[in-house]
Amino acid sequence: MPNAVQQAPAARLPRMRAPESAATPSESMTGAQSLIRSLEEAGAETVFGIPGGAILPAYDPMMDSTRLRHVLVRHEQGAGHAATGYAQATGKVGVCIATSGPGATNLVTPIADAHMDSVPLVAITGQVPSRAIGTDAFQEADIVGITMPITKHNFLVTSAEDIPRTIAQAFHLASTGRPGPVLVDITKDALQAQTTFSWPPTAQLPGYRPRTRPHPRQVREAARLLTCAERPVLYVGGGVLKAGASAELRDLAELTGVPVVTTLMALGAFPGSHPQHLGMPGMHGDVAAVAALQKADLIVALGARFDDRVTGKLDSFAPYAKVVHADIDPVEISKNRFADVPIVGDAREVISALAAAVREEHEEGNAGDHAAWWQDLNRWRDTYPRGYDLPADGMLSPQQVIERVGQLAPEGTLFASGVGQHQMWAAQFLPHEEPGTWFNSGGAGTMGYSVPAAMGAKAGRPDRTVWAIDGDGCFQMTNQELVTCALNNIPIKVAVINNGALGMVRQWQNLFYGARFSNTVLHDGATNAATGSARGVGSAANRGTRVPDFVLLAEAMGCVGLRCENPDELDAVIDKANSINDRPVVVDFIVHEDAMVWPMVPAGTSNDDIMAARDVRPDFGDAADD
Amino acid sequence: MSQHTLSVLVENTPGILARIAALFSRRGFNIDSLAVGTTEHPDLSRVTIVVRVDDQLSLEQVTKQLNKLVNVLKVAELEAAGAVQRELVLVKVRADNTIRSQVLEIAELFRARTVDVAPDAVTLEATGAGDKLDAMLRMLAQFGIKELVQSGVIAIGRGSRSLTERGVRETRPVGITSAATRTAQSA
Repeated sequence: MPNAVQQAPAARLPRMRAPESAATPSESMTGAQSLIRSLEEAGAETVFGIPGGAILPAYDPMMDSTRLRHVLVRHEQGAGHAATGYAQATGKVGVCIATSGPGATNLVTPIADAHMDSVPLVAITGQVPSRAIGTDAFQEADIVGITMPITKHNFLVTSAEDIPRTIAQAFHLASTGRPGPVLVDITKDALQAQTTFSWPPTAQLPGYRPRTRPHPRQVREAARLLTCAERPVLYVGGGVLKAGASAELRDLAELTGVPVVTTLMALGAFPGSHPQHLGMPGMHGDVAAVAALQKADLIVALGARFDDRVTGKLDSFAPYAKVVHADIDPVEISKNRFADVPIVGDAREVISALAAAVREEHEEGNAGDHAAWWQDLNRWRDTYPRGYDLPADGMLSPQQVIERVGQLAPEGTLFASGVGQHQMWAAQFLPHEEPGTWFNSGGAGTMGYSVPAAMGAKAGRPDRTVWAIDGDGCFQMTNQELVTCALNNIPIKVAVINNGALGMVRQWQNLFYGARFSNTVLHDGATNAATGSARGVGSAANRGTRVPDFVLLAEAMGCVGLRCENPDELDAVIDKANSINDRPVVVDFIVHEDAMVWPMVPAGTSNDDIMAARDVRPDFGDAADD
Repeated sequence: MSQHTLSVLVENTPGILARIAALFSRRGFNIDSLAVGTTEHPDLSRVTIVVRVDDQLSLEQVTKQLNKLVNVLKVAELEAAGAVQRELVLVKVRADNTIRSQVLEIAELFRARTVDVAPDAVTLEATGAGDKLDAMLRMLAQFGIKELVQSGVIAIGRGSRSLTERGVRETRPVGITSAATRTAQSA
């Protein structure tokens, strides 16, 4: 047996709200009342959901709860993403509630999304009465079966007395170890039955023993490699944010003088402006960050999982590098890339232990010399900086819009993005200085993520400004949650980067499908023929999507709608949006449709083939390297 | 590709077999055989899985993924040398008066038992390791196999060490039930 599977200490009970609530005497109540009490005791404050037949018993006692705020969303998908945004903004467990059948299945996308991005989420669903299970009863769906592969764990509860224990376990599972979504499906009869409630329940998770403390020998080995490597890189993933290890990371980075790359999920874990920060690696990463990994002789991966969007073609990824891989989840280690030094543990504990071990190495006189390495890195960084061209026709450039939104945003602004070109530009051009201020759908790539996630983030952090950077395609998937925002005093701001197209798909069509724009045009221009195809680049002026008219749509949903069509008015419109705080604001930025995301590593190819721009492959001085 | 036998101690909860089977199909692991049954302990079941993997890293990945399931208490590889492995086969062979004695003779050679006889057929029960059963079935094939049922492989380690005891001991701090702990202590 590999040692990595031997796991140590016992499961702990979830942290309770306050010491005085540590033990309650048994009280008689219904299963539904015990569910609400359990959620309160487990620390839930704001929950997102929609009632329906099977979950209805739980909505009745919710009305009397003074500790639980329920936000009535417009679609269960919105509830799920809102809970995700809430969890990411607050560090607490996000909670969403839905009824059986279609209510539950509408949660599937956000649950899968949270699973891919390791977000602590508890989804509560109602289920048909236990005697009706398996009969294809009205609004029955086997949501436990459906979500098995996309949850950390899930439960079917058919007895009222099991509710408190299961909720406690769900919160514990969701928030400890590698965080993730947990679904609790409760039958209607269990909600209706009479039971006794007491808290805390005893934990019974004998098979769940996350290991947080790293093995000292592995840490020493990692520190030894780190101090003797010539071209080391710290490859930082979302796990560092989950573990709240930003300060420790900065300490380690400055101690070693090693360059840092932060993945899409980790932006903000290390200050974007820090001189040791090379940017984001991967498909649309910075040339210097991609090159650093490719040329490294040591990669220290911290809470990162060697996703294919980072590695490109795996067998040509970082060919010269030894790998130290630290992750809370043993499964991730050597899953994609073999780890020479595997470290299982919580990122914060690992990084501080690593820093301590590096200090010991330094005391013994072993400090790496990275001067030559930095010379290369700086050359790549200076030669291929991030940038974009302004459109010749005087239209708005989408990168410029996002950059200005970032620059004009009040201090401490939280940003959520959808998925596509605007997401990559938001990753590249927003300021990512602070941990916990950037939320997006990295693993699943869920279009429609940003509006509800921003809503959840704002509900959890009402003191912060929250901007959603969305595309016109994404926006049309979940914008109905702006109604929820308007009615519940959740004044988020949405920047719709409106290029009238499904931009990222259009970019791929442009590059790989001979500019045949099959079904990616969203605007109502002349080229949008019955087939949905446009005739090519520049064949008609894009005026953005005007059906629907996003300004009118925003107004109809109780928001302020603004539009910006040319660079002269950009700052004024953004300032105006920033000044409105009593209602949600939607700004329709009509941008040039042919802007592309650069750099780019085409899917399935080697990171060595990164293109800094169309037909421009960077010169890494390979000849000199070899 | 090499074959490995994994013994997986799990909580006896509904859906655990589905979780394990789904894990294998979703992750694209090659599963040769899967057998499940309760153990000497009412709260625990034991799943024996035979997997085929490319290399040691793949086996490690299978093991770690199994361990990640919340209801899984322990995963152990049972090496052929240190474990007893058995499969059960029930086979119905065409056998009229002219050939019945030959069929029974082969059954005798493989220590199979006759569990049913009809004028034109004999049903045999045989247990053993896979290669022994394969050899028997090859011998019986000449007479015509009418029907064949096989169990999955089950396996147990040699010697006095007990996987259940180890699994229960390691998880005792929160306990499966107090009964579980008692079983482990008295054994």
